[in-house]
Amino acid sequence: MPLSFKHKPSLVAYLTCGDPDLATSRDIALASIEAGADVIELGVPFSDPVADGPVIQRASERALRHGTSLQQVLELAKEIRRHSQAGLIIFTYLNPILHMGMARFSAAAQDACVDGALITDLPVEEAQEYLSEMEKRALATVFLAAPTSTDARLKLIAQASTGFVYAVSRTGVTGARQQMPEDAPQLVGRLRRYTDLPVAVGFGISTSAQFKAVGKFADAAVVGSAIVEIIERNPGKEAESVAQFVRSLVVGR
Amino acid sequence: MAALDELERHYEKAKNDHSFQRRLDELLRTYAGRPTPLFFAQRLTKQLGGAKIYLKREDLLHTGAHKINNCLGQALVVERMGKHRVIAETGAGQHGVATATVCALLGFECVVYMGTEDMRRQELNVFRMRLLGAEVRGVDSGSRTLKDAINEAMRDWVTNVRTTHYLLGSVLGAHPYPAMVRDFHKVTGREARAQILKAEGKLPTSIIACVGGGSNSIGIFHEFINDRKVQLVGVEAGGRGTQLGEHAARFSGGSPGVLQGTYSYVLQNEAGQISATHSVSAGLDYPSVGPEHAWLKDTGRAEYVSASDKEALAACTLLARTEGIIPALESAHAVAEVIKRAPRMKKSDVVIVNISGRGDKDIGILRENLKLD
Repeated sequence: MPLSFKHKPSLVAYLTCGDPDLATSRDIALASIEAGADVIELGVPFSDPVADGPVIQRASERALRHGTSLQQVLELAKEIRRHSQAGLIIFTYLNPILHMGMARFSAAAQDACVDGALITDLPVEEAQEYLSEMEKRALATVFLAAPTSTDARLKLIAQASTGFVYAVSRTGVTGARQQMPEDAPQLVGRLRRYTDLPVAVGFGISTSAQFKAVGKFADAAVVGSAIVEIIERNPGKEAESVAQFVRSLVVGR
Repeated sequence: MAALDELERHYEKAKNDHSFQRRLDELLRTYAGRPTPLFFAQRLTKQLGGAKIYLKREDLLHTGAHKINNCLGQALVVERMGKHRVIAETGAGQHGVATATVCALLGFECVVYMGTEDMRRQELNVFRMRLLGAEVRGVDSGSRTLKDAINEAMRDWVTNVRTTHYLLGSVLGAHPYPAMVRDFHKVTGREARAQILKAEGKLPTSIIACVGGGSNSIGIFHEFINDRKVQLVGVEAGGRGTQLGEHAARFSGGSPGVLQGTYSYVLQNEAGQISATHSVSAGLDYPSVGPEHAWLKDTGRAEYVSASDKEALAACTLLARTEGIIPALESAHAVAEVIKRAPRMKKSDVVIVNISGRGDKDIGILRENLKLD
């Protein structure tokens, strides 16, 4: 189903599945949706999360300790889909998909009724198989654009994306920050020259003020580490804590 | 990607610039100590009773290993790019030391990432880096060894890409690194080819080198790739067993995968998670391998075997006592293979073993593992 970004800004919420466990991840996802999240990025933990800062690194290590796998995240997605029509994106590094097989993965993703997949370390230049498999199954592709990306690459990224484009707000890895860098509006402006798809800005967003500020120039804000850290800090009441946080982000939008 | 494209552009220009090459050659000669000797190991040959064994002495280079070849080359490219901050990953510490060395030579700020487990077992090198003026940052995540240091270096690079060059130490990572690093190490093979022709009047039967990331081996192999009769033998870390996690033999236990920007053979579990590895030698303790080696293996041009921790330690002692050379534990894996192979070969056969580094950094480990009278 098409990803809808009804709100301005829409909220894309990321969580590392399996941290602390899959059942809690399901509860967190559903509670977030109820509290106002438009799209959930279901993060697959990976042994070598090179694009992630310490918060998501720790969450990945915890999730991997009890064997959370891509297979399980796909099953979790299917379970969430039974209870909600919100946007669901599988968010993963490439190797787990490569090992499963791109065709097998996209068939399972289609079966789980997710909306699409974002592969962190798959550059658009190497994405032929991903693009054709996702298209075959009517699944959305999402690519990352960076402030250092050239215009030529932004064009390629925009052309290859079918769900939305993820504009990384700064040079760096995931992690909440006090200030939003000035890079973000410029990057979004450049992207809009090449696409009419929704543009979501991510990395570093953790407050309502930042969330609203992003809404002034982008269609959505991705909130990841801030949510993952709330999960880490509230054992036993993860879902309520995240829901409360989500409500505080979206209030008044 | 922008940083990789920028690097590739500068490197391509440098490659075709005679003044770049002349300056690099001069530094390799007057600073690093090239050319390195090709030494006929007479006593070892006699003891093994088979092929004639020659040792390519990369251990005699400044800083004690082949790593300086690549560090000097990349440092000159950094100069051309106008960047002033250099970061690196290091396993055994030799690449870290070589990076700190060239940064001191050219006046760059230097930060080296090293797994805390590696820092413990290669203490001498940690001190050397700091003495040379580099900041050594311990990495406590994951398995606390080389692959985790690479993750942290990559995180630093994407954050500071505008001011910083990532001086990758082996033929790994995204393009242009595998090709560029290999190019800077080709000098080993070029020298060895001229040297063996002078010494023996013919090409060697086999060339043996240890394979961690794959830089010293590709450096000596490359010149001989088109000499189809020359056997190219890479030796991986057999560690202490054949179970996943007990070794770092990518070609026997791994399968194609993507790690840290490269598609090659990777040691991974059934869910596509990258495996921990083990080797007594920090420099071979890595779950992936340079993609050019994957190509040499798949096309049948090179053969890959392994040596266990025990065999490497024994080889260390044997070379020390028959030739008076204490090799790095990494290089000892190549020596372990010639110990097995030479006796089966004809007396007229010639084998070159690449001694990629000296063993001073391994004294602590040698002491722990060897009971000496």
